[in-house]
Amino acid sequence: MKIHEYQGKEILRQFGVPTPRGIACFTVDEAVTAARELGGAVWVVKAQIHAGGRGKGGGVKVAHSHEEVRAAAQQILGMHLVTHQTGPGGQLVRRLLVEEGAQIAREFYLGMVVDRESQRVALLASSEGGMEIEEVAKVSPDRIHTLRIDPLAGLMADEAAEVARRIGIPDASIAGAVQVLQGLYRAFVEKDAMLAEINPLVLTADGSTLALDAKFNFDSNALYRHPEITAYRDLDEEDPAEVEASRFDLSYISLDGDIACLVNGAGLAMATMDIIKLYGGNPANFLDVGGGASREKVTEAFKLMLKNPNLRAILVNIFGGIMKCDVIAEGIVAAVREVHLSVPLVVRLEGTNVELGKKILAESGLPIISGSDMADAAQKAVAAARSE
Amino acid sequence: MSILVDKNTRVMTQGMTGKVGQFHTANCIAYANGANCFVAGVTPNKGGQSFEGVPIYNSVKEAKEQTGATVSVIYVPPAYAAAAIDEAVCADLDLVICITEGIPVHDMLKTRYKMAGRRTLLIGPNCPGVITPDEIKIGIMPGHIHKKGRIGVVSRSGTLTYEAVGQLTALGLGQSSCIGIGGDPINGLKHLDVMRLFNDDPETDAVIMVGEIGGSDEETCARWIRDHMKKPVVGFIAGITAPPGKRMGHAGAIISGGQGGAEAKLAVMEECGIHITRNPAEMGRVMQKIVAGR
Repeated sequence: MKIHEYQGKEILRQFGVPTPRGIACFTVDEAVTAARELGGAVWVVKAQIHAGGRGKGGGVKVAHSHEEVRAAAQQILGMHLVTHQTGPGGQLVRRLLVEEGAQIAREFYLGMVVDRESQRVALLASSEGGMEIEEVAKVSPDRIHTLRIDPLAGLMADEAAEVARRIGIPDASIAGAVQVLQGLYRAFVEKDAMLAEINPLVLTADGSTLALDAKFNFDSNALYRHPEITAYRDLDEEDPAEVEASRFDLSYISLDGDIACLVNGAGLAMATMDIIKLYGGNPANFLDVGGGASREKVTEAFKLMLKNPNLRAILVNIFGGIMKCDVIAEGIVAAVREVHLSVPLVVRLEGTNVELGKKILAESGLPIISGSDMADAAQKAVAAARSE
Repeated sequence: MSILVDKNTRVMTQGMTGKVGQFHTANCIAYANGANCFVAGVTPNKGGQSFEGVPIYNSVKEAKEQTGATVSVIYVPPAYAAAAIDEAVCADLDLVICITEGIPVHDMLKTRYKMAGRRTLLIGPNCPGVITPDEIKIGIMPGHIHKKGRIGVVSRSGTLTYEAVGQLTALGLGQSSCIGIGGDPINGLKHLDVMRLFNDDPETDAVIMVGEIGGSDEETCARWIRDHMKKPVVGFIAGITAPPGKRMGHAGAIISGGQGGAEAKLAVMEECGIHITRNPAEMGRVMQKIVAGR
């Protein structure tokens, strides 16, 4: 689960990581009031969306007066901010962060990830602040320092200091950097994060360290023990179809094609998308109904798929293990009777109780195209989508 | 022969008294030699009770001492599953198979750390389990689609494993053992570990390796195959069409920072001599051609 920058900074401050003072705002007037409250002579007005690359897309502006703050807020609030992470339509900006300006001397990169190879939390640090770490990895991989952290000992002060030195933080500022690194690690572990980034971490003119940005992605499997993180969820930043799906415990991801697919199991669901593409079609979504799909869940899945205006065919691909084919067949029949099926439906059933399932579909009298195996079903779905 | 488990394996079920545990334990007992293999259940505070004639113990240690079971299968809910693995590891079991989906990653990081230097092997979590056809089934896979034979199957996915197995069985190609290693980013045995076992198993002639996007386990395994594998391997990677940055159901199935894409994995696998297919419906047929040509 992703959160906004201002929320990430709230977390960082709780763990002793200094950030600029700032106030989250939802209107232009709030932004101007925030600038007044913060005082000073320079402010930064920052679009709050869950995608990165906001600066390049025009979502971050420096203001030198309250009027400039107002103008910047007017410009940014309500804009469709397009970055390399948003897609061509951009993301509507509904929130702002107004911060005091910082006197930046140098910029660094700090990141933390769960490293699958070493099965540890890995700290990534680089002298190339402000750049995307992927870009640094391509251009100058030697500038990235990686430290895999012992879970028992945690991030020790001497290790943190060594990393800080390696990326070029001057001696006078090492203590501050260690505080940032240790705070970030504690936040990462205690809040069950999967990814965290401070990019940039800046060294100010007076030698202090400051997190100028904050990015977190949390483990959704651990949210049950973090109501405070769940409270940060912003549904406006998520795909409405995916939000709707999660209410019914369906795993759904929108894609830009026209053949919807309903599958049990994540691997088979991905493979079903792949085979649609292989036969010349375009998958409209990833949809895993899971192992224990009920009739209600299948019906909701159909409703979700049918909301897509580009839809030209539906492919159901079920390999029943725990899930019995007769249960899924009943679900399909009930769903098709309940919703208005406007496109051809191809169904492939295999596994537990498959004969019973096929019988239910055949006797339903519904116009369901049967696929004998995965390849046959995918080809029929692609053909049906083309002929529509 | 087979790998990891056979008809002589003795198994305890952690979390046997829950709804999921009961359902699958009954199915496993009903499969092949299951009635002899499943000898104990473990649920704290329910020791002395029984389910389907299988006695329940309060702890893994007690179950091991009383029944001689050396393998455990876990259906414990996600919040407690890592602790269940820890308990099995502390009791020095040979193998723990964790079916549970949705364990917090940081829990697994700690559990894997505690496992270092211990003898216990872990399969999963978030996996369908392990089956040696006509001998023993430990997990949630449908037993009836399997057929005893000489093809090994290793996969990160559940239903996609069934798809591969179903294709093999339909073509008359039986399986030696089928291992679902699970879809989580932090897990136990990797493709490589299972591939080693298949390589050394005299009853396995060839292996189907099913991977998916995310991480680099498939690439690591492919390089090992190039240098050490004596048997042909057929490979498929799910997620060619998956967009980057999106978690495709499995916690581990995500292309992040440009790493873990399907095409890159397939390219490495092909370079390393694996017979790859981009068509998930062709895994069985590709294997059939290879086996026929030998």
